[in-house]
Amino acid sequence: MATTHQVHAHAAPEGFIRKYVFSLDHKVIGIQYYFLALAAVFVGMFLSLLMRIHLIWPQAVLPFFGEIKPETYLSLLTMHGTIMVFFVLTTAPQGGFGNYFLPIQIGAPDMAFPVLNMLSFWTTLVAFVVMLAAFFATGGAPLHGWTGYAPLSALQNSGPGEQLGADLWITSIAIFCLASLMGALNFITTTLDLRAKGMTLMRMPLTVWAWFITAILGLLAFGVLLSAGILLLLDRNLGTSFYVPLVVVNGQVMGHKGGSPLLWQHLFWFFGHPEVYIAILPGMGVASQLLSTFSRKPIFGYKAMVYAIMAIGFLGFMVWGHHMFMSGMSPFSAFSFSLMTMAIGVPSAIKTFNWLGTMYKGRIRFQAPMLYAIGFVSLFVSGGLSGPFLAQPVLDIPLHDTYFVVGHFHLIMGVAAIFGMFAGTAYWFPKMFGRMMNESLSRIHFWVTLVGTYAIFMPMHYLGLAGHPRRYSQLTELAYLKPLIPLQTFMTYAAFITIGIQLVFVFNLFWSMFKGPKASDNPWESTTLEWSTATPPPHDNFGGITPVVNHGPYEYSVPGAPRDFIMQTDPAGVTASH
Amino acid sequence: MGLALLAVIWLITFVSTYFFIAKTWWLPVGMSAAAHGIDRQFNVTFIAMGVVFVLAQCGLGYFAWKYRDQGSKTKVEYSHGNIKMEVLWTALTAVLFIGLNLMGSPIWAAERFEPAKADAIPVEVTGMQFAWYFRYPGADGKFGKTDPTLIDPSSGNESALGLDTTDSSSKDDVVTGTMYLPVNREVDLTLRAVDVIHSFFVPSMRFKQDAVPGLAIHMHFTPIETGDYEIACAELCGLGHYKMHGMLKVVSQADFDKWIAAREADKQ
Repeated sequence: MATTHQVHAHAAPEGFIRKYVFSLDHKVIGIQYYFLALAAVFVGMFLSLLMRIHLIWPQAVLPFFGEIKPETYLSLLTMHGTIMVFFVLTTAPQGGFGNYFLPIQIGAPDMAFPVLNMLSFWTTLVAFVVMLAAFFATGGAPLHGWTGYAPLSALQNSGPGEQLGADLWITSIAIFCLASLMGALNFITTTLDLRAKGMTLMRMPLTVWAWFITAILGLLAFGVLLSAGILLLLDRNLGTSFYVPLVVVNGQVMGHKGGSPLLWQHLFWFFGHPEVYIAILPGMGVASQLLSTFSRKPIFGYKAMVYAIMAIGFLGFMVWGHHMFMSGMSPFSAFSFSLMTMAIGVPSAIKTFNWLGTMYKGRIRFQAPMLYAIGFVSLFVSGGLSGPFLAQPVLDIPLHDTYFVVGHFHLIMGVAAIFGMFAGTAYWFPKMFGRMMNESLSRIHFWVTLVGTYAIFMPMHYLGLAGHPRRYSQLTELAYLKPLIPLQTFMTYAAFITIGIQLVFVFNLFWSMFKGPKASDNPWESTTLEWSTATPPPHDNFGGITPVVNHGPYEYSVPGAPRDFIMQTDPAGVTASH
Repeated sequence: MGLALLAVIWLITFVSTYFFIAKTWWLPVGMSAAAHGIDRQFNVTFIAMGVVFVLAQCGLGYFAWKYRDQGSKTKVEYSHGNIKMEVLWTALTAVLFIGLNLMGSPIWAAERFEPAKADAIPVEVTGMQFAWYFRYPGADGKFGKTDPTLIDPSSGNESALGLDTTDSSSKDDVVTGTMYLPVNREVDLTLRAVDVIHSFFVPSMRFKQDAVPGLAIHMHFTPIETGDYEIACAELCGLGHYKMHGMLKVVSQADFDKWIAAREADKQ
């Protein structure tokens, strides 16, 4: 068997299977992750469309599905949330772009552990298949929501979908945790050990910093979720009582006693809050990289950006209790969780100010990647500013578990993160596939998606203010919800249009892959290492050359330089200083 | 393209903000003693975040237009940042966020750190798939024993809670599906759940608290206006979550006394 070193040094493997299926090449694995996430996002989006249809036309009979029952609605939201969080928001930014570009951006020939890398992708795929299998289980997919609060999730008879479907759901998550742990180890080791000569930590692109810190968060968070998931499986199938006290379901006394429903919430959110940052940090990295590149200006406050990522990562582990202000947890602990949560707003604000500072007095080029990056900033601001409401326990009294929360997290960890992926796709597509995407199609997609996502998610804040609880499959039972139905109808129409326009994105992706104009090695005139090698990069990334790094990552418009950008690999003498 | 970005981002910002300022959809009128303080904290937060929202979005749109590439006309300022500015906005944000947090804390403390007053009326709220039950202790002021093995949701209110009728203090316990409360008197709530987690949510009272199996959670609030107020379940509890609702009827003390006497009479 070839050692890691030999795999790096040798020529590309022969044969379709070794080259494209069970590949050890981080670039192929990155693309595999990307397409897995693309498949998952369409499943997740389709589920949300069914949900939006059901809310407005609860009696509608759909082809192939029939009428959507209340319990089916709950299954849809459970699977929508789970698939989006794990198989899209965690998979594409980190597994996809991170896998492909982290090694290249630090000048490495591959990941530190290529076999582990392949294994983590295939494990993720298995997890996805197990997740989808829940739809076909007797009783259907689980209805306990993506947060899976016990005892609802821990009992076989608490509702339809809570038998085999729920077992498959938690098993899939456990498998996903294993895959993510393997991936995290690989990212951390690669960043620490495989940087090219001259690539000091403080010369790493902010994308690399984001992937690196995200990997550390993953390493610390997924282990906890894995353990929590195993305990849940034991409660469900072997009669243990980690999460279940003495309960009576439908008049039937269950065999559990002494367990704590709040224990699940603590373990879940100890993972769940860092997970929010796992989803958004890579997007922040991409936005930083692109705002600098397309403003033709160095990033404003590079060091502050690095420290802000670290602060967000660190504080991210101290705020999980803000999901539990109404849970029956000690009201005293709300003080510290609230304070820490407000504190995490500070590094987030620093990042926003620095993005604006980067654009200030720049020379902005509005190519598609930049449009998406600006969209990211706008959505990040909008989604971020509802945070300080929810971070205050006293305001959580009216707002917790309402649509206000749904609007908040969809804007920030949902669509902001997805705009980060759009930006990454538009920016790196030429490097990955050797061709350019169609600019006009990208622009149409950008404008409709930007306006459309605001039209879907901004009204959720109004619904939440009016006290509309989330996860209601019908809107006619509570009298005070009825006047809100026109707003819900508006959101459904907005969802139709926004989801429809995603077909343009997919068409552009596949059409450009085969028919787009050939891309040069550095079409955006960027500075980082992936643009200094061939398009697409050779198997060992730099064609036998070991890159040497002489500059920081964002040297744009340097006075006296021959071009308006200095690549990280340019000779040291190009500028007088720095 | 810069102008289009400015126009669209500003438009999104103004339309979104308009509906907040016009209060087209807003919190229901607060009808509890705590509502005033909660709403004031909400408004302060709303104004602070609203100003930041409008400034940040408008700045983003303006910069996109102002600093668009105009060929040789545009001069880029080569700069890696500005420490003074960094320190300034870090400090401002920290003061704003931490300040808001400290402002809201006393309200939270008053709601959740202090137990109910001695003269508060005790009511036990129990959540069950998919209904709320309310229990009043009767003249003896004591809740009788319940036994999980006696729970039978199909045969009436008392059996739904598994009330042990052999216990002397359970004789005068009243269990209902509608919550009655006297106005201007604090209620001393005990929240329970028998099967899964539910959340007792009364928007008009600015009240929400999860009811958790295995826990008896003590809470209190004071209704200040008579009227009917809807109760919702705010925590996903199963397929009937959307229809798990109830009604809170806040009445005068005299009407409340009449009502509870009639319920006691029904039991005999």
